Amino acid sequence: MEIINHLFDGFLIAFEPLNLILIVVGVTVGLFIGAMPGLGSVNGVAILLPMTFLVPPTSAVIFLGAIYYGAMYGGAISSIMLGIPGASTAVATTFDGRPMARSGQADAALIAAATASFVGGTLSVVLFTMFAPPLAKVALAFGSPEEFALMLLAFATFIGLGGDDIPKTFFSIFIGLVLSAVGLDIVSGEPRLIFFDIPGFFHGVNFLVLAIGIYGIGEILWTLETNKGEVEVSRLDLTFKKFVANMIRLKETIVTMLMGSFLGFFVGILPAAGATPGSLMAYGVAKTMDRNPETFGKGNIKGVAAPESANNAASTGSMLPMLTLGIPGSPTTAILLGGMVIWGLEPGPRLFTDQTEFVWGLIASLYAANLLSLLVNLAFIPAFIWVLRIPFTILAPIIFILCIVGGYAPTQDMHDVWLMLLFGVVGYLMRKLDYPMAPTVLAIVLGPLAETSLRQSLLISHGSAAIFVERPIAAAIMACALILLFLPLLKFFVGKRKK
Amino acid sequence: MRKAELIMAIAMGIASAGLMWKSAELPIGWIPREGPGGGAFPFWLSAGMLICCIWIIVRWFRGYFRFHGETPYMDRETLLVFLTGALSLTVMVGSIYLIGVYGAVPLLLIFYMRFIGRHPWSLTATLAVVFPIVTFFFFEIILTITLPKGLTEPLFYPLYDIFL
Repeated sequence: MEIINHLFDGFLIAFEPLNLILIVVGVTVGLFIGAMPGLGSVNGVAILLPMTFLVPPTSAVIFLGAIYYGAMYGGAISSIMLGIPGASTAVATTFDGRPMARSGQADAALIAAATASFVGGTLSVVLFTMFAPPLAKVALAFGSPEEFALMLLAFATFIGLGGDDIPKTFFSIFIGLVLSAVGLDIVSGEPRLIFFDIPGFFHGVNFLVLAIGIYGIGEILWTLETNKGEVEVSRLDLTFKKFVANMIRLKETIVTMLMGSFLGFFVGILPAAGATPGSLMAYGVAKTMDRNPETFGKGNIKGVAAPESANNAASTGSMLPMLTLGIPGSPTTAILLGGMVIWGLEPGPRLFTDQTEFVWGLIASLYAANLLSLLVNLAFIPAFIWVLRIPFTILAPIIFILCIVGGYAPTQDMHDVWLMLLFGVVGYLMRKLDYPMAPTVLAIVLGPLAETSLRQSLLISHGSAAIFVERPIAAAIMACALILLFLPLLKFFVGKRKK
Repeated sequence: MRKAELIMAIAMGIASAGLMWKSAELPIGWIPREGPGGGAFPFWLSAGMLICCIWIIVRWFRGYFRFHGETPYMDRETLLVFLTGALSLTVMVGSIYLIGVYGAVPLLLIFYMRFIGRHPWSLTATLAVVFPIVTFFFFEIILTITLPKGLTEPLFYPLYDIFL
């Protein structure tokens, strides 16, 4: 009952005129960003975060949440129409979405993607509403050792489940944490890592500078290289009669959508997993469950419904650890978390008691964002197709300019613009060698929290690391973290023995 | 491709050692009643970075990266695309000190749209004029974030008088 009351209050906040406008604008912008090849929710949220300083924190997070949702919906559009995933989360959608478009069923694929996204998004918000408050209550009992153990778990998840090269993933995490230490020592206040005595380093490395550098500049350089700006857009012929027929056809995908939604939500909760593995797993399960698995990859509508319901559900799932524990479940939520810190909010379980208006306003806005994303998506499909035809030689400089202005805005210091450029270029060069970049962004966001909780814990225990195993919750989380850390090693030895 | 792996690992290894040295400017050990020194956290993490680089270098010598085959890290065309992007941005950011954001933005747009994209002058000029105006109103008037203007600052005084 308490949850329903809170949710009702949340809807009152979400439906305030300003917030409603921001949801509509956010989902529309998100849909366009998501539809662009190479750009996804993380790029949209990173580039547009500096523009939210004008509105109150609740409205700001509602706006960014709407962009996040919109981009998740939009990712399918370029997967289906161009055969290029709008973001990695929409890769699985390409497998069957593109063959459907090629065989003249682009309308059916787009409608299936939009509807599945809606089902996945809505079901996952219901699950979120049920799970978030009890989890936050448990997390309220957490002290510094538990907090540090949680941070370690978040990093360990990237090692154990990320699927990337192990030393490169470790390196990415470490460099993100070191960058978060630049500035003033959090305990003594002494200057730390001030390179060449450049004054700009005194205010530290803003996570946004790194995020825009990697996901803005680096991503555009990557897209320029991979696409060379040349793409082929499929034909789309959509009438009202066809729309109704396609909606009726979706009956056969109901079970697939439900499966994708539940799977996506629970995979999304895991810090390193998120929407990409969630959607790939849902695709795999849908294929295994189907009577005709051989039709997958050749234009099976369930092959669109499964990943699309899963990636939207995972995007909501990734917000659960962010709001309740202060640990982001995806790179996008890592940036949202950084935004919350900038807006003066303390992410974590206390949000549910100290900032109920913020939390429930956000949750209610997710319901509204889902519905509006579906409507805007279906209404603006022709407009998205038009945008996809804009040459990259026009889009690239505009995005570059937005990155530069966005990187300058938070601190109004040109030093940060140079740093952002450096991160973008180096990030691009490293990405070409398969260094994962998401752990670096996660690490720079969590770095200050990790260092504070580690140092506080060691102070309490007079330097003894035993504090992390003496307290039951911390010990349990530490055990999970260690299992995940050693999982790749275990796999390696098991594989060797099998050989 | 394999050489690029080695070069990157060595470069990052050197950077890691530099970070360790820089971190050691603050105490990196345990300080009684104060806990870990201010440099401990970045020092040991940088050490971790260095270990990862050594790990990658050892794997390189053991032939781990052979799966890359002879695929070049960057072919000629990719290098050109990369250099065009990176250098044009560097020139743009550098020119902000002199001609400000509102001078640098049209230049980048003209460079990309006209000289790389071969779009008509009419479209290029329209965007090169409209985009800075929209940027000015959005950032300076609505968000009240002052963007750097370099030597062009005095040209904006009349606009400040009208809008701010």
